[in-house]
Amino acid sequence: MGLTYQRSAKRVLRANFVNSPASDYIVALAGNPNTGKSTVFNALTGLKQHTGNWPGKTVIQAYGNYRYKGKMITLVDLPGTYSLFTNSPEEEVARDFICFGEPDVTIVVVDATCLERNLNFVLQVMEITPKTIMCLNLIDEARRRNIHIDYKKLQDKLGVPVIPTAARNGEGLNQLKDTVNRLASGLICPNPRQLRYEDSIEKTIEELAAELIPTLQDRINKRWIALRLIEGDYSVIASIKKYLGSSTFKEEFEYGTDTPRMGCFK
Amino acid sequence: MYTTEETTLANLPLGRRGIVKSLDAEGIIRRRLLDLGLIPGTVVEPIRKSPAGDPIAFKIRGAVIALRLEEGHRVCVRPL
Ligand SMILES: Nc1nc2c(ncn2[C@@H]2O[C@H](COP(=O)(O)OP(=O)(O)OP(=O)(O)O)[C@@H](O)[C@H]2O)c(=O)[nH]1
Ligand SMILES: [Mg+2]
Repeated sequence: MGLTYQRSAKRVLRANFVNSPASDYIVALAGNPNTGKSTVFNALTGLKQHTGNWPGKTVIQAYGNYRYKGKMITLVDLPGTYSLFTNSPEEEVARDFICFGEPDVTIVVVDATCLERNLNFVLQVMEITPKTIMCLNLIDEARRRNIHIDYKKLQDKLGVPVIPTAARNGEGLNQLKDTVNRLASGLICPNPRQLRYEDSIEKTIEELAAELIPTLQDRINKRWIALRLIEGDYSVIASIKKYLGSSTFKEEFEYGTDTPRMGCFK
Repeated sequence: MYTTEETTLANLPLGRRGIVKSLDAEGIIRRRLLDLGLIPGTVVEPIRKSPAGDPIAFKIRGAVIALRLEEGHRVCVRPL
């Protein structure tokens, strides 16, 4: 009974984002601008989402399907952003899909030639969902520039699968598809490294997260929602109301307007 | 400009690299600058100016990112 409820609630929530009832798994493609998300999308789905050699190509999300080992997978190509927290329209699309669309897997496509700058975004996604795969793309270009990445070690440190790919020539995509299926079906359960905040923040997170259990049950990451409430991120609170119903949060959760946004990042 | 006195990112001439010292911003703007990679210690290079001089494109940690003047002025740098 509980399970059935969870499952149907999930479908309803998803219908806000992707209308693809026949698919077994929904998979999001996220990442910094210009890392090859649309190239991965096109290679897997056979569609032709526009790609270009400059950032900011993908603004609205596109979706398409592919089959792998008897499963139908719907892939959602999200706009590229450097952050999930500064409330540009692209960021809201990406953030809301990853959080409220509850994808079975989120693939973060990163540029292997400037890995460091991509890791910030990877951590932001890992904070929302453990069902994360890092697609270490442009590995051909990294090789050409003599950049060697110990991706096994990276995988150990991050706690999520890391798959090296060169999407433009198809390298690594079979392994990516295989990892998507194994993660979506529960054969692998990543254990992403979590950021720890100072004690006073951690304590408040715990208290808020506990209060969120009756409304969110085991859906949506309560720790993450608690963090956004502590920040007073009105944009996230607006999304919570939009996707989870306005009754979910009483006024007391909305925090006074005198609370500075992003208070804990001062 | 041959001085190495601290200035803002928006004041760096094209091609002159600078190292980020601090951010004069709070809240969401600070968050945005940090998430773009502008963490103290980061080396940044202005590589292109739009005709009106705003925005300016910078090379930041391997990516080319355009910042508006008002954002650029919030990043304190020491010219290298
Ligand atoms: N060498 C190489 N080039 C790639 C690879 N993947 C993508 N590219 C190229 O990188 C550029 C950007 O690719 P896109 O797929 O448009 O990147 P995106 O992440 O969708 O970009 P946004 O939607 O703007 O965020 C294109 O010129 C691609 O051909 C790869 O694995 N190797
Ligand atoms: Mg794209």
